[in-house]
Amino acid sequence: MTRSLPIDRIPVVVAVLLLALLPMLPVNEYWITQLNFIGIATLVVLGLVLLTGVAGLTSFGQAAFVGIGAYSTGYLCVVQQLSPWLGLLLGLAVTVVFAGALGLLTLNLSGHFLPLGTIAWGVSLYFVFGNTQALGKYDGLVGLPPISIGAFALDTGRSFYYFLWGIVLLSALALSRLLNSRTGRALRALKDGTAMPEAMGINTFRTKLIAFLLAALVASIAGWFLAHYQRTVDPSVSSLRASIDYLFMAVIGGVSSIGGALAGAAATQILDDRLQVWLPKLTGSEGHYEVIVFGILLVLLLQSANRGLFGLLAGWATQRPRRVTPDALPRSDRPTSQGPLLRVRGLTKQFTGLTAVDGIDFDVHAGEIVGLIGPNGAGKSTTFNLIAGALPPTSGTVTLNGRPVTGWSARAIAHEGLARSFQHVRMVPEMTVLENVALGAHCHGCAGVLAAVLGLDKREEQALLNDAAAHLVRVGLAAHMHEPAGNLSLGSQRLLEIARALSTDPALLLLDEPAAGLRHAEKLALAEVLRALSAQGIAILLVEHDMDLVMNVTNRIVVMEFGRLLLSGTPREVQASPAVRAAYLGTEV
Amino acid sequence: MDPSLAGILLVDGLTHGVIYVQLAIACVLIFSVTRIAFIALGEFVTFGALSLAALHDGRVPGTLWLMLALAFASVLLDAAGALRRHEPLVRVTVAAVRGLSLPILIAVVVYWGSTRGWPLWANSLLALAIVTALGPYTYRLAFERLADASLLTLMIVSVGVHFVMTGLGLVFFGAEGSRNPSYWEGATIAGSLRIANQALLTAIVSILLVVALWLAFRFSLRGKALRATAIDRFGARLVGISPARAGRLTFAVAALLAALAGLLAAPGTTLFYDSGLVIGLKGFVAAVAGGLLSYPAAAAAALGLGLIESFGSFYASAYKEAVVFTAILPVLLWLSIRHRRAGGEA
Repeated sequence: MTRSLPIDRIPVVVAVLLLALLPMLPVNEYWITQLNFIGIATLVVLGLVLLTGVAGLTSFGQAAFVGIGAYSTGYLCVVQQLSPWLGLLLGLAVTVVFAGALGLLTLNLSGHFLPLGTIAWGVSLYFVFGNTQALGKYDGLVGLPPISIGAFALDTGRSFYYFLWGIVLLSALALSRLLNSRTGRALRALKDGTAMPEAMGINTFRTKLIAFLLAALVASIAGWFLAHYQRTVDPSVSSLRASIDYLFMAVIGGVSSIGGALAGAAATQILDDRLQVWLPKLTGSEGHYEVIVFGILLVLLLQSANRGLFGLLAGWATQRPRRVTPDALPRSDRPTSQGPLLRVRGLTKQFTGLTAVDGIDFDVHAGEIVGLIGPNGAGKSTTFNLIAGALPPTSGTVTLNGRPVTGWSARAIAHEGLARSFQHVRMVPEMTVLENVALGAHCHGCAGVLAAVLGLDKREEQALLNDAAAHLVRVGLAAHMHEPAGNLSLGSQRLLEIARALSTDPALLLLDEPAAGLRHAEKLALAEVLRALSAQGIAILLVEHDMDLVMNVTNRIVVMEFGRLLLSGTPREVQASPAVRAAYLGTEV
Repeated sequence: MDPSLAGILLVDGLTHGVIYVQLAIACVLIFSVTRIAFIALGEFVTFGALSLAALHDGRVPGTLWLMLALAFASVLLDAAGALRRHEPLVRVTVAAVRGLSLPILIAVVVYWGSTRGWPLWANSLLALAIVTALGPYTYRLAFERLADASLLTLMIVSVGVHFVMTGLGLVFFGAEGSRNPSYWEGATIAGSLRIANQALLTAIVSILLVVALWLAFRFSLRGKALRATAIDRFGARLVGISPARAGRLTFAVAALLAALAGLLAAPGTTLFYDSGLVIGLKGFVAAVAGGLLSYPAAAAAALGLGLIESFGSFYASAYKEAVVFTAILPVLLWLSIRHRRAGGEA
């Protein structure tokens, strides 16, 4: 597609060429061996990059999946005398079963249960391998055949090298494609909690499970390679030490970059090898001293909190901005029932000892802008969270578009046509503005992992991004489209949230203090945007402190005080009300 | 299974269980105060037991030198930090001298006492002193700078610490395991059951320890400060509780609990330099069963784990460890279901 080579692809091309040419040079067999081990480790670390660096989860059990891959093929080849290819399939199948079960158990608990679960499970598996007669106990299985492709056996270091590195590079390419896809954006949104992606209608549990499964599967493939390269399998492949080595490689490589995975694997492998030679000479005795050095390095590296030794070299920064053409927006015609779009009746939320929201009633009609105001602590944001499904109400009902949605999850409510912004901006700072907005359009796409990896999602991607771009134009952020979202000013970040909410194609928009941090001109522009949206039939519920804005744009205002409804009326009525004035300023004595 | 065999397995399981109780409590304590899932806890267990073995043989344990080295490093870092904040030199010097006085005192007593053939209980106190002191220095050097880091980072760091400590364990104690002499020989006969006195002692010490901890958390100012930090780190800081100090104190208590567990366990099992991981993880499995929050639930789970282990080793001795660690899966399932019912995001 591209005629000239973009500058950011040059290091990748050079690396690939080097890898391809190296075995043809008269290099020592020792280096081929090292590179083969590095390639195997890189596969595992690529999985960790996805899991830890991108999705913010971690596993201390990757070596257990390597072990499953290795023992599956070992058992089939040595004990059952079957083909290594069947071994690969068996390994992948067993991995899916175990990783799926572990993921189902731990992924909806908070983040540290997955690593704890995987540690315990990994240690357990190690003992199973070491004590099972059919798997050769602690001696393991020996005499595995080499992998053969057709009649060609990969029994030399160099032939194995080409096959292995071919797969490694393909995996890296697949991962890079995945990260720049619809699923990839959802994965990258996981790191800072699940509230925002869930509000965009993204199933975060499913997304986490995908990351965990993919990481486990590449580890299993690495185990298959390892078994047929060493031609033996023993329990040490699945030890906790091995799991930590992989994690160490990922940390050294900067955790979040694909290039870092390779660099980290290479640095660790070579350092480990050298230390095993140097340290005994230095200390004059045998022992696993390299463990001490690795441990100290790991601690120091994390304390200095940089992006890994090689973090600056590469990354998914290699992606080029996609060309987008902001389309005219197709609007979905949501079937509108008779009566109000949003109906809130007797909504109540009690926290222990405090009734934050106490029997609130109000309606919002299609195309209407309703302001929700009140002094600090009146319960506005809580009301907001109850409607959006971020908190379950104690009692009362919420009806959206004629359907009772009380107590539904934020995701289900998002699918019903409600979109929200957050009081404290929630976005993915490393993603571009455009990508952040495209998160909102997640539900309008359907391309999965496979489509992304095979590049079959191009048309849908283009449509999603064009759509997102159109919403950016609408809120006036078109000029910043390809910047990282973290670079935006606070005011622009709030506009980004509005654009993101719009790209879910909502019937009702809940905005939590959208004008906070905006400059005067930006506020005027915001008011224009809100009016235009309401003219298109979108209903807006606005929590806001800026009275000018509220009085200017709203059709109706709901005033809250101490969790109760104080007054509901037109801006003029509210302004005239002595009760409202007293609530804000106190009564005259 | 005949009842006398069941009785033996029961006693055996509970004996291991009370040791896991100490570790589970230490895990919950560390996690709730500092948010660290401290994988290396088991190393304090082996360090305690193996240090005692060395002292009992009339040798100075390598852990002493480690403790001194970490103490000097901690004090140096503290002093450097204070100087950078332009604190007066006199005050910095006084703080440094004060900080070094205890570790040096311990070192002198150990060095002097190790060749004198002191009785077992005296050597045990020395071993406890060394390992307890290791705790806060470990926190100071590995974790204090990372107090605000993510759970994930803290966990990976704790694994790094685990590797350093295991590696050093090999250097200090060699690859051979050791089994310490019993504190209380003989056995007590209760009905058809024969309970080793050592097991009784273990149970008594554990119970006393749990009660003492409970009292300390309930009534002492420092205990209350730790509880406050566990409930709300930021709030505790606002009322003048230093998170760094809370972290160091927590690690001291946890190291003491773990080392004591090691001393109590060592007469019953042979411990090697690398036995710590599996022992510590058992404490963790129990702590996870308590959601890493609840002390009573963690303690109950620890006793249960001891029973699973002893009955498991009877039915499938080769898979004993595998059975114990697989026990975490139903626990996670239960936590997961409960979490889904609560319907919230943790």
